[in-house]
Amino acid sequence: MRFQTKSLQFAHPGQPKLEFPDINLSAGEFLLILGKSGSGKTTLLNLLSGLLKPDTGQVVLDDVVISDLEGQQLDLFRGRHIGIVFQKPHLIAALSVRQNLELAHFFGKKQGQNLDQLLQDLDIDKKAKSAVMTLSEGEAQRVSIARALANSPKLILADEPTSSLDDENTEKVIHLLKSQASKIGAALIIVTHDQRVKSHISQFIEVKTP
Amino acid sequence: MNLFKLSWKYLTFRPLSTGLNIFLLALGLAIITVLILIQDQFEKKMNQDAAGIDLVVGAKGSPLQLILSSVYHIDFPTGNIKMEEAKRLSSNRLVKKVIPLALGDNVQGFRIVGTNHDYLSLYEVEFEQGTAWEEPFQVAVGAEIAKKLNLKLGDEFTGSHGISVGSHDHDQHNFVVSGILAPKGNVVDRLVLTSIESVWYTHDEEESEESETSTDSLSMDPYEMEHEADHHAKFHEPVSTSGFPDTDQEREVTTLLLQFRNPMAAIQLPRMINSGTSMQAASPSFEMSRLFELLGVGISLLQGLAVVLIVIAGLGIFIALYNSLRERKYDLAILRALGASRFQLVILVFLEGILLTFLGAVVGIVLGHAFLALVVNQSEQNVVSMLNPWVFLSQELWIVAYALSVGLMASLIPAWSAYQTSIAKQLTKA
Repeated sequence: MRFQTKSLQFAHPGQPKLEFPDINLSAGEFLLILGKSGSGKTTLLNLLSGLLKPDTGQVVLDDVVISDLEGQQLDLFRGRHIGIVFQKPHLIAALSVRQNLELAHFFGKKQGQNLDQLLQDLDIDKKAKSAVMTLSEGEAQRVSIARALANSPKLILADEPTSSLDDENTEKVIHLLKSQASKIGAALIIVTHDQRVKSHISQFIEVKTP
Repeated sequence: MNLFKLSWKYLTFRPLSTGLNIFLLALGLAIITVLILIQDQFEKKMNQDAAGIDLVVGAKGSPLQLILSSVYHIDFPTGNIKMEEAKRLSSNRLVKKVIPLALGDNVQGFRIVGTNHDYLSLYEVEFEQGTAWEEPFQVAVGAEIAKKLNLKLGDEFTGSHGISVGSHDHDQHNFVVSGILAPKGNVVDRLVLTSIESVWYTHDEEESEESETSTDSLSMDPYEMEHEADHHAKFHEPVSTSGFPDTDQEREVTTLLLQFRNPMAAIQLPRMINSGTSMQAASPSFEMSRLFELLGVGISLLQGLAVVLIVIAGLGIFIALYNSLRERKYDLAILRALGASRFQLVILVFLEGILLTFLGAVVGIVLGHAFLALVVNQSEQNVVSMLNPWVFLSQELWIVAYALSVGLMASLIPAWSAYQTSIAKQLTKA
C-alpha cells in the first residue's frame, strides 16, 4: 500500500492559493498534519479524501489517482478504501449504534469487518443496540471511529478527532486509531493542533498559510 | 441495512410529524374512497333495481317520491289509485306489460309488497327454499329479511300498518312463509312479497272487525255464520299470478310498474296519463338522473374538501421533508463520505416521500371502507344498508397512484437540494 500526493494546490473562491507539502506514506505508517487554525488543514484533508478536487497536483492511493475519479466511482472508492473520522462524531440519530456501522457496509458495497468484533475491540459492544443519542461524547467518537474502520480501509483520515475530548478519552482514541490502523494495515493521517496528540506520533508535516 | 430501511428509520424517528402527515392525507383519500364506493354502488343498484321498468304509474304527487317508493321502496307511497282506471290503462296498445303493486304494510320495518308473479320474473328471483305464494297470506321473503328476522318455511308473523315500525299491528290474520328467496343483492332482498289479495284482505279484516265490535258480538245470527264460512273459503282460493286480481268489489292498488311495447310509448304514454287520468306517470331513469343532479352539489362539495385536504397533506409532506432535510444535511454529507452516490441520496428522499404517501393511501382506503361499514351497520333498513362496504374497486388503485404522485411532487425540491449538497462544505461548516 502506498499513499502519495504530488504538488497539491487549491484555492477557495476569492482567497489566496494554498500549496501543500507532498505526502508519502506506506501501510502502517502514521502522520500528523499540523498547522494553525485557518491554515488549510481541513482543506488538505478534504483533498486527500476526494471530497474536494485539487486545482493542480495528484492524490494517489495504490495505483488509483483519487483526484481524477468522478461521481459515483469516487464515492464508492472513498466508501471502500478511505475511512474518515470527523471532528464531531456525526452519527445518524435515527439509527442505533450497530445500524450506523451497517451503513458503511451498505454504501461501501463491501462485507468489511466483523462489526461485533469491532464493537468489542472499541469497547462499545454493550451499546450496540442503543440509540446514538444516549451515548456520551467519548462513546460517540469511538462509534464514529468504528464506522470509519468498518470497511477495513487502506487509509484512515482523522480531522481533529480529540478536540472535544478530555485527557482520558483522548488517550483512548489515539491508542485505538493507532492500534486499529496497524491491525488492518492502513496508513493513518491525523489533522490536529492538539498537543496531547503530538507526543504519540512523531512523523508530521506542517501546513502554512502563504 | 438498505435505502428502504434507512428511509423507514428516518420516518419512524419522527413519529408525530409522520403520523400527522399520514393522517391528513388518509382523511382526504378516505373521503374520496367513500364517494367512489357510494357513487359506484348507488348507481349500480339504482340501475339494477330499475331494470325492466319503463314507467311507474301512481297517484298524483311528487314523481321522485313515486319512483323512490315503488321501485326502490324507500320513500312513502303517494297514495292509491282505482283499479278500474289501472285496468283501463293496461289495455292500452302501447303498454306491453303492467305489474300492479299494493303497498302500505310492513314487518318490523321491512315492507310488504302485494303483487303478482310477474314481479318475481321481473327481478329474475330464485327460491332458496319453498315456492311463490299461491293462496292469500302466503308470502315469499327476501334473503336479508329471512336472515335478520330468522324466518323459516312455515313460520307465521303479523304485519303492521304503515311502512315503518311502530304502527298498529294487523293481528287478525298471520302471514305464512311459503318461500325464501336467494340473495340477489338488489331491492328484493329487503322485501316481503305476497299477493295483492293478501294486502286487501288484511285491511278488510280490520274494517269488519271494527264493525263487529260495534254490534253485540254475542248475537251471532245465521247470516254472520255463513259470512264467516264464506270468508274462510275465500282465504283458500288460489290468488291470481298475473295481471290484476279478479274481484267484483271496487278495489285499489298503489302503483303500476309498466313496460312499453315500443319507443313511441315513451313519448305518448306519460303525457296521456298525466293529462288524461287522475294518475301520474314517472320515468325511473329520468327521476334518478334528476336526483343525482341534486346530490351532485353535495358530492362536488365533498370532493372539493377532499382535494383541499390532499393538497394540505402534500404541502405538509413537502415541508416535513424539506425541514428534516435541512437538519439532515450533515447526515447526507456523512452518507456521501461513507460512499453513497448523489443518486442514492435522491432515491432516499423520494423513498421517504413515497413511503409516507403510500401509507397514507392504504390508511385512507381502509379508513374509507371502515367508515362506510360503520354507517351501513348503523342504518338497519334504509338504502344505505344495501351498500357493501368491503367491495374493492379498481378506481381505488387510482387513489394509490394519485397519492404516490403527491409524494413524488412533494419530494422533488428536497431531492434536488439533496442532490446539490456539497459534502466538503457541509462537513467543514462545523
